Amino acid sequence: MKSQQAANRPDNTAFTQQRLPAWQPMLSAHFVIPGFLLIGMAFIGIGVALYITSQNIQVLEKDYTGTGQYTACSECADMQTIPCICNVTFSLTTLFTGPVFLYYGLSNYYQNYRKYQVSRDDVQLWGDVTKSPGDACAPYQYIDNKPIAPCGSIANSMFNDTFSLYQIINGTMKLVPLDGKGIAWWTDYNIKFRNPSAQGSLQDAFNGTMKPVNWSKPAYELNPSDMNDNGFLNQDFLVWMRTAALPDFQKLYRRITSGDYALGLPPGDYVLQIEYNYAVKDFGRKKVVFSNVTWMGGKNEFLGVAYIVVGSLCLVMSVVMLVVYAKYKFADENA
Amino acid sequence: MGSVMSSFALCYGKNKKKEEERHLRANDRELNLSYKYGTNAIKTSKYNLITFLPLNFFEQFQRIANAYFLFLLILQLIPAISSLSWFTTVVPLVLVLSITAAKDASDDINRHKSDKQVNNRLVDVLINGELRSEKWMNVQVGDIIKLENNQFVTADLLLLSSSEPLNLVYIETAELDGETNLKVKQSLTVTGEMGDSIAKLAAFNGEVRCEPPNNRLDKFTGTMTFQGQKYSLDNEKILLRGCRLRNTDWCFGLVIFGGHETKLMQNCGKTTFKRTSIDHLMNVLVLCIFGFLAFMCTILAIGNGIWEHKEGTVFTAFLPRDEGVNASFSAFLTFWSYVIILNTVVPISLYVSVEIIRLGNSFYIDWDRKMYYPRSDTPAEARTTTLNEELGQIKYIFSDKTGTLTQNIMTFNKCSINGKSYGDVLDFAGQRVEITEKTEKVDFSYNPLADPKFYFHDHSLVEAVKLEDPEVHQFFRLLGLCHTVMAEEKKAGDLLYQAQSPDEGALVTAARNFGFVFRSRTPETVNIVEMGVQKSYELEAILDFNNVRKRMSVIVRSPEGKLSLYCKGADTIVYERLHPSCSKLMDITTEHLNEFAGEGLRTLVLAHKELDEAYFQSWKARHHEASTALEEREEKLDELYEEIEKDLLLLGATAIEDKLQDGVPQAIEELSKADIKIWVLTGDKQETAENIGYSCNLLREEMDEVFIVAANSSEEVKQELQNARKKMKPDSEDEPIIIESGILGKKSKMVADETVDGEYGLVINGHSLAFALEKGLELGFLRTANMCKTVICCRVTPLQKAQVVQLVKKYKNAVTLAIGDGANDVSMIKAAHIGVGISGQEGMQAVLSSDFSFAQFRYLQRLLLVHGRWSYLRMCKFLRYFFYKNFTFTLVHFWYAFFCGFSAQTVYDEWFITLYNLVYTALPVLGMSLFEQDVNDRWSFQYPQLYAPGQLNLYFNKAAFIMCVMHSCYSSLVLFFVPYAAMYDTVRDDGREIADYQSFALLAQTCLLITVSIQLGLDTAYWTAVNQFFLWGSLAVYFAITFTMYSNGMYLIFTASFPFIGTARNSLNQPNVWLTIILTSILCVLPVVAFRFLLIQLYPTINDRVRFKVREAKAAPPPLPKRARLRRTSSRRSGYAFSHTQGYGDLVTSRRFLRRPAIGHAGGFSPSGRQQSSARQESLPQTYRAVGEASRRV
Repeated sequence: MKSQQAANRPDNTAFTQQRLPAWQPMLSAHFVIPGFLLIGMAFIGIGVALYITSQNIQVLEKDYTGTGQYTACSECADMQTIPCICNVTFSLTTLFTGPVFLYYGLSNYYQNYRKYQVSRDDVQLWGDVTKSPGDACAPYQYIDNKPIAPCGSIANSMFNDTFSLYQIINGTMKLVPLDGKGIAWWTDYNIKFRNPSAQGSLQDAFNGTMKPVNWSKPAYELNPSDMNDNGFLNQDFLVWMRTAALPDFQKLYRRITSGDYALGLPPGDYVLQIEYNYAVKDFGRKKVVFSNVTWMGGKNEFLGVAYIVVGSLCLVMSVVMLVVYAKYKFADENA
Repeated sequence: MGSVMSSFALCYGKNKKKEEERHLRANDRELNLSYKYGTNAIKTSKYNLITFLPLNFFEQFQRIANAYFLFLLILQLIPAISSLSWFTTVVPLVLVLSITAAKDASDDINRHKSDKQVNNRLVDVLINGELRSEKWMNVQVGDIIKLENNQFVTADLLLLSSSEPLNLVYIETAELDGETNLKVKQSLTVTGEMGDSIAKLAAFNGEVRCEPPNNRLDKFTGTMTFQGQKYSLDNEKILLRGCRLRNTDWCFGLVIFGGHETKLMQNCGKTTFKRTSIDHLMNVLVLCIFGFLAFMCTILAIGNGIWEHKEGTVFTAFLPRDEGVNASFSAFLTFWSYVIILNTVVPISLYVSVEIIRLGNSFYIDWDRKMYYPRSDTPAEARTTTLNEELGQIKYIFSDKTGTLTQNIMTFNKCSINGKSYGDVLDFAGQRVEITEKTEKVDFSYNPLADPKFYFHDHSLVEAVKLEDPEVHQFFRLLGLCHTVMAEEKKAGDLLYQAQSPDEGALVTAARNFGFVFRSRTPETVNIVEMGVQKSYELEAILDFNNVRKRMSVIVRSPEGKLSLYCKGADTIVYERLHPSCSKLMDITTEHLNEFAGEGLRTLVLAHKELDEAYFQSWKARHHEASTALEEREEKLDELYEEIEKDLLLLGATAIEDKLQDGVPQAIEELSKADIKIWVLTGDKQETAENIGYSCNLLREEMDEVFIVAANSSEEVKQELQNARKKMKPDSEDEPIIIESGILGKKSKMVADETVDGEYGLVINGHSLAFALEKGLELGFLRTANMCKTVICCRVTPLQKAQVVQLVKKYKNAVTLAIGDGANDVSMIKAAHIGVGISGQEGMQAVLSSDFSFAQFRYLQRLLLVHGRWSYLRMCKFLRYFFYKNFTFTLVHFWYAFFCGFSAQTVYDEWFITLYNLVYTALPVLGMSLFEQDVNDRWSFQYPQLYAPGQLNLYFNKAAFIMCVMHSCYSSLVLFFVPYAAMYDTVRDDGREIADYQSFALLAQTCLLITVSIQLGLDTAYWTAVNQFFLWGSLAVYFAITFTMYSNGMYLIFTASFPFIGTARNSLNQPNVWLTIILTSILCVLPVVAFRFLLIQLYPTINDRVRFKVREAKAAPPPLPKRARLRRTSSRRSGYAFSHTQGYGDLVTSRRFLRRPAIGHAGGFSPSGRQQSSARQESLPQTYRAVGEASRRV
């Protein structure tokens, strides 16, 4: 209890008197220099590991825009004949270790353009096709006052080239089975996207909606071969709807995991048959990519190199600092 | 005093129509109401229940930042440019607005309360022929009210009658002007005759015509017409609101001005809203940032135009344009979209955070036990909570003397009687012993009338009194008789002295304790109790003190019929009038005087002589003749005084200590080590001021020279200042070096600092200062004064105090602090960047207009060297970090623009943008800026040099800001391009997508948050548990919120509101994502570490050195050595140091002074000066709090 006399005396606590116990680290030499040394060595180690891992990833890229220096599919580039089928051939001298992933890549394609990216309706994609599509979908909102499902620019511009891969064995083309299951995120497939539910078929569920302008077939017929891979839950659609961060991107198309190719693509000649529908030549390019993955994902040399460079810089800095410290060592002076 | 007050601008000057003349009639409410004069109610509050919201929001949106965010919000509501959802702006804006509104509301509630308290005070008002107790606010102009003793004056009154003879009243004006002596007011005889007759007063119908409301405290002009006669009214008859009735049973007054029209309220002064230099800098920076923002947006808009032109047109196949939008219009829209996105460079939370930090640091000041003064139970108080960091930048301190450096307590310390010096305590070896609280005190119990508060330590003097040494008796008899003190005996034996000056009080109290008790006086007699025997001396004449005479004498006839003249006065003056026979005694006394003066005591020489009856009778006749002469009365009287005050016999000398406050010399020494210049501005005389200058270490014997400027013309002053300058620096230029700088069109001229070798002091008196402050001379004065270590201005008026402060403020780019205790310091307290009031004293005016207040001068050291330094450090660290974190955050958008077609796409999730400043990074940086300390308080005291960076503005300035921006640019480049390169065309370890927008956003924001957190860790030097908790907690909260927002449940509950579903799970389980995060953060932080390390090694600052020393010492530093009070063996003679002016002498002799013994009166002066009773403290007037509050809001 405070006595009456000292009613106004402030409390004597560590907090009010600013005496809280505290750790007061300083940038002292025996902390900084060894720190740099350690970080440097660790980084170089990580960097080398990353670099080697990345080097072990096999990548095969084929540009098939049909213009410029790559002339594959040039016959289709003018988009006159529809459908136009072209072939890209390549040969492997060593085993392309499996599982092999087939990607399509687009460049200078601004999926991250703000207007483009917002041009979707997540509520609709969650299975509610009865509501009117959001304004962000404009101008792909309605056709003849009927809502477009799926609405918006992203869906409308869905990538629609198709690929089939053949190995040429003794002059005959052997189909390489491509697996299109599970190429999208689990959360997209299970949570974020839903097909509209209705009595009867999926087609009934989409009743009263229109297909996107650019699409040749409605959403419920995207994959005629697998009834479950249709509507908003079509895997290719899901992959496309996960918009890319950067204007150059690649998206997973298929995996090669089954049959004779479970272990990878054996050496030999291959033909990739492309149904050329998607027009990007005015602004960008498109390519197909075969790649395998490691624990660090796809091929990316940057991380490994960056780690090695940063690690080396740390080592250099630690030497510089050691020299400076040995020479000046100000702490010995009197303040 | 009035001159200061009149320099204040009116704060309630919004009169509808300018009143030309006030006309009122007593007891005629109808007539008076017809003029619509203001009532006596005061209102200092701003809002009421209904007006609060609209008014408050209107005010808040006048702030540029709030208005800006409102503008942003409107932009966001336009669909074409809305690049962010509305909630990113609304959430912070609402938060900021409501915090500010809550603070304003609580302030206003306090004002309402204090208004109510003041307005509801009761006073007796004469209504319809009877006295009624009325609330103050119901008092009207023209009412007659009755005041009783110790009551506050309700409004500005015309005094009508009083209980005292001759219709005198005594008032205390401490609240008004800080003067503690009582003042006398006297009413007109014609009204005085009414006495307390209610019937007569009720019938009184005098008509008053007077000046309109104004703020001149020392002037009043008006006339009163009563019963056909016209009487002129002057200030002598006016009681002002804010005064207090003393020693007067009752009085009646006619209300002339009420409420806001009273002179007190008119004087409340327009307090310009004080802002710190950091505030100014921040405003400049915010404007720069606006420019920078516009610049970035322009670049991006142009980029968008080009992109739309080249790429967009072909991309229309997939993304059709809106109707009517072409490339250039799109660029225009993009500009605004980017204004929205990049708005975070002007952080809305900055201002709120700054306020919170300042508030926190203000609380530390309030809570500091080391600034709490137990004796008066006064803690320090930060009255303005917005100026803290400025405390760390003070370059000039302007200090008042009386009550600030000194306690304004005079103690009778030593004396020399008949060649023997008393007062020192000697030990057995004959060595002088330092007198402390523990030293044994002299026991005065033999004297029942002794004042228990009086201490004396030398027993030999009591022995001498007891041995009835005639000289000693004569000495104390003189002290008991020769003065103008009035005694008040509340109950028998309990004497209260009312002295014109504390010096006199001290002397009379000394005589009282040694057995010569002054008990009462009548116009003809002085009654003293001499060693227990009541004696009545007939008072024949008082030869009063004045500035020229510098002495006072009384001529008394003892009960035995002996006529004597007793004289006390300045040594030089009295010595001239001594009888030659005293020459030997004179020499010894002079030695003693020198000794006393050397210790900084105020000395006085006492002498007496016996008078011849016949001679005196003739003198008396001539005196009577002279005093009734119509012409040259003063001169004739002076001549007569001269004539009789000669051939005096020396009795001895007294030495009074003008007690310094504890620790003042040490505090001043430490502050000057911190390179703070201390100027003393005092109303005291040159001698007194110099004396104090020496005793508190401002002036030192070892100084090269102390210049004294005391000239009577502008030319002479100029010459003296120039001579002084040439002496200090022979090669100094004739013209001052002026640095011109112009920020935002405001041209300012600064006088460059000139350094001189050696230490000099400057003493300038008020007269010379008036010349020195003239236009042509002010620069010269400033230059000279600046070269000196110490400047003492004496005899300055309050207005001059403010002028000096303003002069320095105007021409020196430096932060000034003014410290004072009285109303005469108010002007300079308001003028300086920071005003400090000494609290716990009687006058509250200084405290009420101050920004910080505490009870003792020495706390200033802690306020500046510890609190100020820390506040500045914290604020600067905060600002540097805050700008860094926001710029880094925002610039990433800028880089991303080049990869998203300049489409105003954000890099981060919108929710992250909303929460970044408010949740994820708010607490850690607040923690740092509330707990940071580089070294603890003891080391801060040990090394006052640590204060210098603040004065030089080193921690946060434009250069530091540019460094911040560059650092942010680097960080943001790393933060964008490392994830960019690491994610380029890569996939998850199961081949699925990871380079998608959402994963990239998550990666970028995680990198950013971790980087800024590590950066904060680097900046934090003082890691308390709270800091740790805030930092780790914020990171944890980030991950928790992120995972929650991206969870299935949230997506299902709030359909599609959190489109980032699953992103966290899908990307944060990837090793390459984490490797990218590590690489990014390390790359951002390590260069900073290396740079700082090298900087410490190559260019260590004083902070680095001290911190390393602390590290080495580990243990706490040894406690500050207690310095013994310096004893100087100086030959300086302290002058006659009566601080009073012409005394009550003429009142006493003119027989106007018929005081009845006022038993039962409370209050009055305690003998030893300003020490006050607790009762008085409790009754501190609330009015002035309200006024003070009001004035600081205006």
